[in-house]
Amino acid sequence: MMDWQALNLSLLLAALTAAILVPVSVFVGRRLALSKSKSLPVIEALIALPLVLPPTVLGFYLLTAFGKGSPLGELWQTVFGHSLAFSFEGLLLASIIVNIPFAMQPIQRGFEAVPQELRDAAACSGMSPLETLWKIELPLAWPAVLTGAVLTFAHTLGEFGVVLMVGGAIPGETKTIAISIYDKVQSFDARSAAEMSAVLLAVSVTTITLTFLMSRKIGRRLS
Amino acid sequence: MKPLAPALLGLALWATPVITSAQEPLIAAASVLKFALDDIATAYEAQTGQALRIAYGSTGNFSAQIREGAPFDLFLAADEAFILGLAEEGLTRDQGVIYASGRLAMLTPKNGALAASADLSTLAIALQQGELGRFAIASPVHAPYGMRAQEALEHQGLWDDIQDHLVFGENVSQATQFAISGNTDGGIVAYALALTPEVQAQSNFALIPAEWHAPLHQRMALLPDASAEAEAFYAYLQSDAAREVFVSYGFAVPESE
Repeated sequence: MMDWQALNLSLLLAALTAAILVPVSVFVGRRLALSKSKSLPVIEALIALPLVLPPTVLGFYLLTAFGKGSPLGELWQTVFGHSLAFSFEGLLLASIIVNIPFAMQPIQRGFEAVPQELRDAAACSGMSPLETLWKIELPLAWPAVLTGAVLTFAHTLGEFGVVLMVGGAIPGETKTIAISIYDKVQSFDARSAAEMSAVLLAVSVTTITLTFLMSRKIGRRLS
Repeated sequence: MKPLAPALLGLALWATPVITSAQEPLIAAASVLKFALDDIATAYEAQTGQALRIAYGSTGNFSAQIREGAPFDLFLAADEAFILGLAEEGLTRDQGVIYASGRLAMLTPKNGALAASADLSTLAIALQQGELGRFAIASPVHAPYGMRAQEALEHQGLWDDIQDHLVFGENVSQATQFAISGNTDGGIVAYALALTPEVQAQSNFALIPAEWHAPLHQRMALLPDASAEAEAFYAYLQSDAAREVFVSYGFAVPESE
């Protein structure tokens, strides 16, 4: 039996994560692409960190950062009256942090591939930086932006370790599709696990194919 | 870029129902309880109309989450040590009660080479003759059923010899999964899981004597902010109706001891 509630929750989490993270990544990623700062490698390393940290390690740190006794956890509890960890909002915040490299890296590469002469030309014709971004850079880099969005979406759907640590597997609130699949296996319900895994596999294949099509398109456009 | 605004609005509307949390008691339960507690909860909901939300997982993980302020009303642990530890730190209302005691069973896949035996004699022979492949137990480091499985193996003098054959489940459900999958020759797991129809269809089991290991007392406790609805379910779990279900899943209940 398909756990629709968990799938719906995962889709919502993935969509919101991408909706929040992609615009941020457009501004930060563009800045990084143009930056000549000496500390750039350090910033890039920090952004890439969630990519190499084991999800359970990241989940453990986030649990500690969101939990009881942490300044953020206390503040959240005071303002909203419920805990940040083990809530949908907490999961969303964790998901945003985990997905930073998945959104940021392709978008930064996309802006790096936009020739500097174009920006200079736009500036000479009196366009503001924001106008340049909107009318020149984004139309050129949009496949990269879409790649970032798609990767973020797909990765959120599949994320397990972090959700296991900070989620609490609460049905309808923090029990995502990946946790639900684990649950089904644990209750010897191989058929449901197989069904849900097939759905995740289909989504992943589709999104990854889309991503490769997009990156090829950027390559062609900018070469 | 124009369709972005309506899309965001749609997302926001879709998000709204998730944020509202109902007055349903939120229960954290050890995964070994999955089948018994699902049955009890179904009966309880039918009888009272009170819906419950149950999260199944590892006792150790839930304990860590409760230390970080997880919003559970009630925690049913697989081992009483975790509840007593939380109680000492003032994280539960009191020391709670033992709701059931578990037993161990040796489990082997149907049509496998190894037969299940209550005294583990088949296991000893297979070991001696060098015919044992992989054998599953839950992790003795943190999983209660794994610790007790180790004790039972030690009791029979098999622990040292079986080292190279052991595979460890993160919890006893996973160990059971390993034991029935045919990837191992069998395992020592929870009797309650051996009795579930899904597992019975794929395996044979033998009940291991309770004296061979320390008792598997399973304790539950309310958390300090538990709702009145949670208190009512806590009381129901100690009723005869709930205890009958626990017994039917192979648990011993406090009076019958």
